[in-house]
Amino acid sequence: MSAHYPALLVIIPLLASFFISAAGWLRPPWCFPLALTAMGGSLLVSIGLLADVIRGIPDLYWFGGWAPPWGIYYRVDHLNALVLVVISGVGFVNLWAARPTVDRELPEKAGAFYTLYVLFVTGLLGMVVTGDAFNLYVLLEIAAITGYALIALGKGRAPLASLNYIFMGTIGACFYLLGVGYLYIVTGSLNMQDIARLLAPLHGSRVVTVAFVIMMVGVWLKMGFFPLHAWLPNAYTYAPSPVSSLVAPLMTKVMVYVMIRMVMTVFTVDYAFGVLVLNEAVVWLAVIAIVAGSLMALAEKDFKRMLTFIVVAEVGYMVGGFWLGNRSGFTGSVLHIVNDALMTLCLFLAAGSIIHARGESRIQSLQGLFSTMPWTMGALVVGAMSIIGVPPTCGFFSKWYLLLGAVEGGHYGFLAALLFSSLVNVVLFFRIFEIGYFEPMEASHGGASHGHAHGHEAPAMSEAPLGMLVPLWMTALGLIAVGFYTGEIVGRVIRHAIPATMF
Amino acid sequence: MEDILRQIIEKDNYWIYITLMMVGLYAIIAKNNLVKKIVGMNIFQTAVILFYVSIGVKKGATIPIIEHVHDTAHTAIHAVDYINPLPHVLMLTAIVVSVATLGVALAIAITVYRRYQTLEEDEILKQIREP
Repeated sequence: MSAHYPALLVIIPLLASFFISAAGWLRPPWCFPLALTAMGGSLLVSIGLLADVIRGIPDLYWFGGWAPPWGIYYRVDHLNALVLVVISGVGFVNLWAARPTVDRELPEKAGAFYTLYVLFVTGLLGMVVTGDAFNLYVLLEIAAITGYALIALGKGRAPLASLNYIFMGTIGACFYLLGVGYLYIVTGSLNMQDIARLLAPLHGSRVVTVAFVIMMVGVWLKMGFFPLHAWLPNAYTYAPSPVSSLVAPLMTKVMVYVMIRMVMTVFTVDYAFGVLVLNEAVVWLAVIAIVAGSLMALAEKDFKRMLTFIVVAEVGYMVGGFWLGNRSGFTGSVLHIVNDALMTLCLFLAAGSIIHARGESRIQSLQGLFSTMPWTMGALVVGAMSIIGVPPTCGFFSKWYLLLGAVEGGHYGFLAALLFSSLVNVVLFFRIFEIGYFEPMEASHGGASHGHAHGHEAPAMSEAPLGMLVPLWMTALGLIAVGFYTGEIVGRVIRHAIPATMF
Repeated sequence: MEDILRQIIEKDNYWIYITLMMVGLYAIIAKNNLVKKIVGMNIFQTAVILFYVSIGVKKGATIPIIEHVHDTAHTAIHAVDYINPLPHVLMLTAIVVSVATLGVALAIAITVYRRYQTLEEDEILKQIREP
């Protein structure tokens, strides 16, 4: 059974999506339990895979029994086992929290929503587990197309934002495909490790350089790396809240993983940091991304939209940390994939709860939230502390490794950008705390639904339903737990993922 | 001048795919109508598909269906005689992807039309600014 884990990881949600789609027509109430079962199954399988990897058992799966250079194979190692657990964990927790909003806002589309949701997670899991460069493209498009449809379910500007995302996302995916094509011209192979083997004597070739650059630009477009981020804020803001809290934590992080996988496994460290001398330039791009993302977040008047710009800045952290090209930077970058997925999930879930209870998320409309929604705001505070980087939350530790990497690499620009972004995050979140805690509820605020009825008395609790609070607090406690176990995660998993040639 | 011409003629497949790609990119960036942008996106994808198809071609080779010629000495199969089928097979998948993307994009364009009664981007943006 455990020999089939890599395949089951993808097959469970894929098959489940067919059944959910059928249940959407025949038995709509079955959709949610089916989807939750599928996500739970994937989560258990990915935890099993991580346990195997920690015990040192390699997990290779040859599809149809075809040996690697010819057949497609799935490969689980120290780098992707961790990301798999994060994806299926976020998918599971967020699905749980999605139910109240879906029941209220998309009742007639629930079947379609859960089908697309499960397919989206399938695509992401497949992208991370596969060892074949073209297979990665197909799964990337599965995740992307379901993502477009999910975002377009939102109100107002959502379809337009989704359409812009389609244009940009398609260009990004085509660039990736083009890069794979150039690699295929020179090597005649699509298997990642086989390409790496065949590529070693070709490192001086211009075709390889072109393939590398095109592929990186494509991946950066998909992850919303600063100058290429234009599609991201609108798409993530106008999507329904359960979709924002699924896509925002996962899509960008998985694309960062794809970048790391391509550079590490396909082009190898020697080529990326030895033959090409791009790392200095890319780290400076990351510095610009962090500063610009933070400044744009500062200018926003809407809480959810502000979070999307924080995502843009966080992508800069991960890209920059990786391109520092030293062990601490790499550790920080991979750890930040895990941490940032959890932090972003926590903040977007909190935003979802606020929108569920209040119907809007303008920063000025957040008055009195600490008294009406204390549990949501408590979790929001934990998430905010983690984004700012206050120990013992996990955000502190990945930022620490990134700072360490910046000092070791002598990259003080990156160091300054990280500190600047932390300070901006302090301002961003304490502004929200101030409005939520100290500014009284205006009697006229919020229309007739509340405020008027209570007059000058203390406002009554209007907390989000328990189905949203429990996942939110699980994530918030997860942030602290991951913080406490950082040593274990780095020592047992991430340290083994660092290639031996990296210094 | 002759050098440049020879470069272009010898590598005509690359020039064609890049030209098509730029046509698609131009439509995505410059066109105002959303359906025209979607068509541009599809041209962009088709350019990459044609690029893949063209790299499987060999001069003087035939389609990759192995002929069974019995009772002759030529039973050995020479790979040189057949074009490379793998890029074409890959593109079958890419075509499916591109059709799916096109379908989703057009469906979303319909939603946009229902919401704003127009597909011209500037008119939609005007409606968003002045509700």
